[in-house]
Amino acid sequence: MEALIPFIIIIAKVVGITFVLTLPIIAYSVYAERRFAAVIQDRVGPNRTGIPLTIFGFKKDISFFGLLQPLADGLKFILKEDFVPSHVNKFFFWLAPALTMVPALVTLSVVPFGSKLFGEPLVIADVSVGPLLIFAIASLSVYGITLAGWASNNKYSFFGGVRSCAQMVSYEIALGLSVIPVLMHFGDLNLTNIVQHQADNGWLILPLWNESGHLFSSVFWNSPQTHEHLFLWIPMIISFFIFTISIFAETNRMPFDLPECETELVGGYHTEYSSMKFALFFLGEYAAMIVGSALIVTLFLGGWSIGFGADAWVVGTFGDWAGLIHLGVFLVKLVGFILFFILIRWTVPRFRYDQLMKLGWVVFFEAALINILFAAVIIAKTRGNLSNTEFFVALGGVIIFSAVMFYIAKSLERMLASDNKSEIKS
Amino acid sequence: MAKVTKLTRPTLSKSDEVYLIGIFKGTLVTLKHAVKSMFGKSRGADSLNSSGLGVTMQYPEEKWDDELPEYYRGAPALVTDEMDRERCVSCQLCEFICPPKAIKIIPGEIPEDNEWAKVEKRPKEFEIDMIRCIYCGLCEEVCPEQAIYLRKDYAITGTSREEMVHNKERLYEIGGKRVGLVNKWNELK
Amino acid sequence: MSETTTKLLPKDEAAEKGLVNVQIDGNWIQVPKGTRMIEACKIAEKEVPHYCYHPKLTSPGNCRMCLVQMGMPPRPAPGADPVYGDNGYQEIGWMPRPVIACANTVGENMGIRTTGDLVEKTREGVMEFLLINHPLDCPICDQAGECSLQEFSVEHGRGQSRFVEDKVKKPKNVDIGPRINLDDERCIMCSRCIRFMDEVADDAVLGFSERGTHTTVTCHPDRRLDSNYGMNTIDLCPVGALTSKDFRFQMRVWFLKETNSIDVNCGTGCNTTVWTRGSQIYRVTPRRNNDVNSDWMPDSHRLAFHETQGDNRLTDPMIKVDGKHEITDWNTALQASADALREFQPSEIAIIASARQTNEELFLTKGLAGALETAHIATVERIGEADGKLISSDRNPNSNGAKIILGETVNTLNTIKDGLNNGSIKALVVLNEDIFEAAGFAHDDLAGAELVISSHIIANKTAQASDIFLPGASFAEKRGSMINTTGRLQRLNQALQPSGNAKEDWELIRDLILAITGEANDMYMIEDVLKIITSSISEFNGVTFSKIGDQGIKIIETGVTIPLLTKERERANAGIIVG
Repeated sequence: MEALIPFIIIIAKVVGITFVLTLPIIAYSVYAERRFAAVIQDRVGPNRTGIPLTIFGFKKDISFFGLLQPLADGLKFILKEDFVPSHVNKFFFWLAPALTMVPALVTLSVVPFGSKLFGEPLVIADVSVGPLLIFAIASLSVYGITLAGWASNNKYSFFGGVRSCAQMVSYEIALGLSVIPVLMHFGDLNLTNIVQHQADNGWLILPLWNESGHLFSSVFWNSPQTHEHLFLWIPMIISFFIFTISIFAETNRMPFDLPECETELVGGYHTEYSSMKFALFFLGEYAAMIVGSALIVTLFLGGWSIGFGADAWVVGTFGDWAGLIHLGVFLVKLVGFILFFILIRWTVPRFRYDQLMKLGWVVFFEAALINILFAAVIIAKTRGNLSNTEFFVALGGVIIFSAVMFYIAKSLERMLASDNKSEIKS
Repeated sequence: MAKVTKLTRPTLSKSDEVYLIGIFKGTLVTLKHAVKSMFGKSRGADSLNSSGLGVTMQYPEEKWDDELPEYYRGAPALVTDEMDRERCVSCQLCEFICPPKAIKIIPGEIPEDNEWAKVEKRPKEFEIDMIRCIYCGLCEEVCPEQAIYLRKDYAITGTSREEMVHNKERLYEIGGKRVGLVNKWNELK
Repeated sequence: MSETTTKLLPKDEAAEKGLVNVQIDGNWIQVPKGTRMIEACKIAEKEVPHYCYHPKLTSPGNCRMCLVQMGMPPRPAPGADPVYGDNGYQEIGWMPRPVIACANTVGENMGIRTTGDLVEKTREGVMEFLLINHPLDCPICDQAGECSLQEFSVEHGRGQSRFVEDKVKKPKNVDIGPRINLDDERCIMCSRCIRFMDEVADDAVLGFSERGTHTTVTCHPDRRLDSNYGMNTIDLCPVGALTSKDFRFQMRVWFLKETNSIDVNCGTGCNTTVWTRGSQIYRVTPRRNNDVNSDWMPDSHRLAFHETQGDNRLTDPMIKVDGKHEITDWNTALQASADALREFQPSEIAIIASARQTNEELFLTKGLAGALETAHIATVERIGEADGKLISSDRNPNSNGAKIILGETVNTLNTIKDGLNNGSIKALVVLNEDIFEAAGFAHDDLAGAELVISSHIIANKTAQASDIFLPGASFAEKRGSMINTTGRLQRLNQALQPSGNAKEDWELIRDLILAITGEANDMYMIEDVLKIITSSISEFNGVTFSKIGDQGIKIIETGVTIPLLTKERERANAGIIVG
């Protein structure tokens, strides 16, 4: 019996975090997207679906602001005809939706949803390679999309699949490189530890605060920790931007939704899909968005921590129940980020494909590389590993490297421009 | 000679070239709009009878029927004249012009003992398939007898295909009586 | 000494061939001497609008619609020679007033203008007069869509009426005959119908009464327009004054699809146009063929299409079980036929074919006889009374085809009848024929028959008596060729799909042969059948469906003539009509 307890705990965590927490969030982020989008566009959005009491002879339905809409959507997807065209490759056609949904859910296993609840950390697998696991698994979801496009045996679907493949590969690089300065700063790959570190020493980018105090106390400004934090803030904010934008690209969200852009590709890779298979793509995209948001929150915005020293107080006051409060804080940050995703979707128009590739390869790749060196120099200096001369030499090296990078980027751009011109001429 | 103004793309300032600032500004605009919309302050919300969110009217409870313009193109219907004569003489021009082929007419002869026997012809059956109808109004335009009009009815629903086919009785019920039109069959005939 | 030979003038060149030179709208053409101006314009492909003129009727010139401008070279002063221009023609002096093109003939060096201010203004004026008393009946008029008055008022009319007085009221919807309605208000007094009844139908029951603007077409007070050719006046009428009772308010003509076909009710095989919409024939009208039916056809044949779409049309294969016919599918019916026929000795089987079948069906029937190895194959003769115009005494449309393909078979019918009575023939295959109606069979004759397989389109006594019934296609639902009494091979075209589950007859017989022999053949299209016929029967040598065309080709000489055509040619040769 004793031996069974860890298994029961693990199963409880898996069921709790995946099915009780994440799947409803996915469902309701669809609802949130529809309502928020509607409000942005002067509309109302789904506001009627509720308990259909009129069926049972009552005078009025209860609508709950349409909060049961995700339930109705799910029911509709399940009940709709699952149409498989005759010209598709059946095996891969069936496999693709699962290959999109599963990786997104698997990556959830390493995300810390809260601190400890009755001594159990609120994370399924507390592994020491958290971000790496996420990158490794999340990049598998490109298989799902590419296979869907290929197996559909439809040129528009195939375009969508190919676009997605190229886009994912391009932005994976920027994603990976941009996170390196962050990991250098933490010196750890365990996400639980990273969050704990932020809870103790202040969040990575916002707000500027650590255990010595806050912006308005003199102790804060004099602490060496603060110096490192302040100087590092610049490379970290660059990392944050590159990382966030790359997550947009990785999750195929606007403005990077070229694999499924309706104006060019009908529906993109999922043109031929219907019913629950389509729903898996749809939910997979939202799951990826949630995992992406969770990762950003965990790495840059303090994860489940409340900040300003409140975490210790919470743990002291609520004891074993503190984990629930931290879970709540994490979810608030997560939802905020999801709303941010939606806001961006209805603000920024879609990129052209060449712009997208240029942004990935010419801007982000170089910027992330320079950022790594820059951060490395700052970290080394603030931790006292460099003398002043060494520091300036290193800084000079970084500047020369940056100049070379700029030159390469510019000449690449010019080359591309002249290519385009000659194409137009011919 | 028309004046030609050559438009050039605006040159971007350095701050514009950093796309992020533009995105940030745009985000604020969207957000501002969202907040306005949420409080029912969208532009035109008042004149469009908004229900309080955006500019939308809550349809089945609130309706726009009184504001429909005279030229509104709703369900096509047949009309009778002042003397309750059916104006349609089944010339079948509407059947011919109808782009989605929604109209089906079986012509018939008016019996000798009818007071309008001199008109000779009227539709025996006149069916408009409202599933097919696209409310284009060509039937109204082509009708030489001013017998078919697009009315303001727009909520044409049914639970079966058969129910969505308007037969002659239904069409006259929707159309009703229309006065003040040319009455060529009354003169001297 | 070629230089010294004077070059022939165009007039002399034309005169050698019996032609004259005419300038029409600026172009010189050569037409036979004595041609009407309107026909010359037709040759030059210039349209001259007209109402009263019809090439098969005399030309009274009373509609005035065909007015054109005419010019002749000025007569030279006494003693002066005519002056020829560089092109060899004399200069034309145009007349200040227009002439009618339908009743005037062309002359050497004549000029005709079918356009220009004078002609156009004249037409506009004539149109305005014609429309003065014309009612606004187009929405209820059956002629709408094929009405010359509509067409020409669009092309040549003013578009608006200046007439403010009251229109003259005349009788409407007059019942002047069993098949025809008259609307006097719509009449434009072209007199085509009057002339037709007088000259062609030899039954002058129509005429004008009253005077001036009150002129009306009327029927003789003691008579009705009940001639068997009366409905041709409906086709002749350029407006909707004469309309068909049968077609009255059935369908607007612009919905109808026209298919060229032939009449199958007698040996003449009048050329027809079948007018259909959806799966229904709405009317049949004659089509011009100067070697068969001129422009006309008898009413009785025109209305005969109704029997193909009555309630008694059979559209499903049926097998008789316990005295009742039960609907089945084609495979079952054909297989049952083949199985049943195999039970009999070849000498016990007889086939009654029909001279109403097309050549292709007859040829396949012969193949069926070959497959059954029987020599008993007969056709049924139908003899009626010839009317001295278009209706032939032979009421089978393809007697000549049956004779060529099956040989003389009429006597075999009695052999079969005797065989049935004495028990030597036990199985009967009847194709497209009602043996009770035409062949004079009685129920006692069939008492000895153990198996009757029949194919027809309607429920008749033979279908009632048959053990297996196979539904065929009506004349408008199939393709094929027939030979008329004069030996002309003509073409039936498919206007409709066979109704219900019925099959084109040639396919039906082909499938029956297939079910009996079990050997596949290469006959997928009716062209394949005709190809085999052309290679095996000398009369058909080189014939294809496209060579038959819409006018047919003469393939045998029978010496039979069509009386109406003989009369028409006499009149044409006498110059009374154009012909």
